[in-house]
Amino acid sequence: AVLKDGLRSQVSAALKEGQVTPTELCQRCLALIKSTKFLNAYITVAEETALKQAEESEERYKRGQPLGILDGIPIAVKDNFNTAGIETTCASNMLKGYISPYNATVVQKLLDQGAVLLGKTNLDEFAMGSGSTDGVFGPVRNPWSYSKQYKEKSVPKSHSEDEESNWVITGGSSGGSAAAVSSFTCFAALGSDTGGSTRNPAAHCGVVGLKPTYGLISRHGLIPLVNSMDVPGILTRCVDDAAVLLGSLAGHDPKDSTTIQDDFKPFELPNLTDVSKLSIGIPKEYHAPGLSSEILALWSKAANLFKNAGAKVVEVSLPHTPYSIVCYHVLCTAEVASNMARFDGLEYGHRSDKKDSTESMYAATRREGFNDVVRGRILSGNYFLLKQNYEKYFVKAQKVRRLIANDFVKVFRSGVDILLTPTTLSDAAPYTEFIQEDNRTRSAQNDILTQAANMAGLPAISVPTALSERGLPVGLQFIGRSFQEKQLLTVAKWFEKQVQFPMIQLEEVKRHDNGVFQHQKSASFS
Amino acid sequence: QKVSVEELDHLEHLALVDFRDLEGVERLQKAIQFADQLHEVNTDGVEPMDSVLEDRCLYLREDDVTEGNCTKDLLQNAREKVEEYFVAPPGNIPLPKLEEGDTFLQGS
Repeated sequence: AVLKDGLRSQVSAALKEGQVTPTELCQRCLALIKSTKFLNAYITVAEETALKQAEESEERYKRGQPLGILDGIPIAVKDNFNTAGIETTCASNMLKGYISPYNATVVQKLLDQGAVLLGKTNLDEFAMGSGSTDGVFGPVRNPWSYSKQYKEKSVPKSHSEDEESNWVITGGSSGGSAAAVSSFTCFAALGSDTGGSTRNPAAHCGVVGLKPTYGLISRHGLIPLVNSMDVPGILTRCVDDAAVLLGSLAGHDPKDSTTIQDDFKPFELPNLTDVSKLSIGIPKEYHAPGLSSEILALWSKAANLFKNAGAKVVEVSLPHTPYSIVCYHVLCTAEVASNMARFDGLEYGHRSDKKDSTESMYAATRREGFNDVVRGRILSGNYFLLKQNYEKYFVKAQKVRRLIANDFVKVFRSGVDILLTPTTLSDAAPYTEFIQEDNRTRSAQNDILTQAANMAGLPAISVPTALSERGLPVGLQFIGRSFQEKQLLTVAKWFEKQVQFPMIQLEEVKRHDNGVFQHQKSASFS
Repeated sequence: QKVSVEELDHLEHLALVDFRDLEGVERLQKAIQFADQLHEVNTDGVEPMDSVLEDRCLYLREDDVTEGNCTKDLLQNAREKVEEYFVAPPGNIPLPKLEEGDTFLQGS
C-alpha cells in the first residue's frame, strides 16, 4: 500500500522512521514495472543504477542524514530529457542507442536530492503528438483501461471481442510518465509541456499535471521542441507532491539563459479554507467546439463549487483563443525546423550509410531517422520561414501570439486570480478510434484547451476531478498568473480536497502489491 | 495557393527530409491552408512577440571557463571519426535538382 501513498504526507515519513527502506521501495516499484509491462509506459528501465541509488539512500537514512524529502523516492523521467549513461531516445530511430554524456539540469537536481531514477518513459516521437501513440516503441496504454471502474462500464459488443482491443490512450505526449505515476510504479515523473503535453495525459490518466511558468524551471538537457514555449512538466498523484517537486526543481540555472534570475523559495501549500477572497474566471471561449456535454457539466459544477464556497466566479473573455492552435502550428513548426537541424548523423544519433555527399547523407539520415510527423513539421516549418513567407506567416504568428498573451494580461488585470477551464474535450478515446485521424488533426483538436497557456508562458495545472460515464478520469485545468505557482497550487489543492477523486482500482496491481490494500472511500464528485 | 516546383526544390535543400512523394506535398498544402487562417486576425500596430520574457534582461555570466575537457565524451556518440574529428562525406556536392514529377532518394 505504500506505493499508493502521497509523498509528503506518508512515504517520506515512512522512510524516515524506517517503516520501509529505499531499497524495498525501489524493488517494489521495479517489480510493478515488470508486471505492468503491457502498459508500455517505460522505454528504458535503469534497474541496476536505480538499486544502487536506493542503497546509497538507505545508507543516508541509516546515518540519520537523508538529503531531503525526495531522498530514496522512485521517480521516472520522460525520454526526451538527457540522462547520463542511460539511453535517451525521444522515442525516435534518430536517437536509438544514444547514451547521453550529461544529465539534464532537472534530472541532476533530482539525483542530487537522492531521488531514485527508475527509468525513461515513453512518448510521442520527439514529443510531437497528443496521444503517446506515435513513438517507435509503440503506443502507451492508459492504466485506467484495466481498472475495475472502466471494465464495469464497458459493454463488450460480442463474446469474441478481445478485451485487449478496448484499451484507451493516455493522451500525450508525456503519456508514459502519466501512466507510470497513475499505475503506482513511481511517485512522480517528469514530463514536458509545449502545447499541453503534461496536462493532457494527466487529465486522461487521473493524475496531477503541472505546467510551470516559462522561465521557472531549467530546460537545459531537455531536448527542445519549441524553445520559446517548452517547459519541464511535473506529474504526481496529488497537488502537495507537485509542490514538493516544484520546490526541488525551480530556480535560475546559469546553463539555461531563459530561466529567470529571481530568487525562488520552495513553499509548502497552506490548507485553504476560506475562498471568499478569490476571483475565479471562466473563459467563455473554452466552451470549444467538440467539448463533451459531460465535461461541460463538470466544469459548471466546479464553478458552482467555488461560488457556493464564497468565491467570486465571473465569466471572462479571451477573444483570440480560437486562433491559438493556428498560431501554434506556425510557430511550432518553425522552431521545430530549426531545432531538428542538429540531427544530421555526424555528432550523435542515427547515421545513414549513404556516402556520396554530405547533403545526401544528411537527407537519408533524416528520412531514416524521423517519422512522418516529425518530417512533416520540419517541412512546414521551413516553408513558413522562407524569405517570401517570413512576414506573412512567421512574423504574423508572432503578432497573434502577443494578442493571445495580452488577452490573459487583460483578464488578470481586471481582478481575476485564477482561470478555471476544462483540460480536454472528452475522456480518453479508445486507441483504435484515436488512430483513425492523423497526428496533426488530433493535435489540433486536443491541444485547443491547453495550448494558449504555453503561448503566454503561464502556469497551469490539471487536477483529476471525476470519472466519466465510461469510468475514465476527467481533469479540470487552473491557469494562474506568471510565477504565482503558490497561489495556483493552493487553489488546486483546495479543489482536489473538495472533489475527492477516486483511486484507480487495478486488479493486476492488487495481486503484486504485498501491502494492505488501502481503500480510499471518497465522496465522488460526479 | 499551390507550392511551385521551384519552392519544393528549395525546401528540399533546406529541410533535407525527403517529402517528394505525393503524400508529403499534400501534407504541406494542408499545413499551408491551415496556417492561412491567421490572416483573419487584425494585427495592425501589433509588435511580434519573440519571448514571453521580453521585459527581462538576459542573464550573462562571467566569461570564465568553468567546464570542458570532455572531448572523449563528445566523440563517443559519433559513428565516424578520425582522431578528434567528426568525419563527413564530401561536401559542396549539391543534391540533384527537382524536375516535374521527379522522385529521387528512393528507399535505400
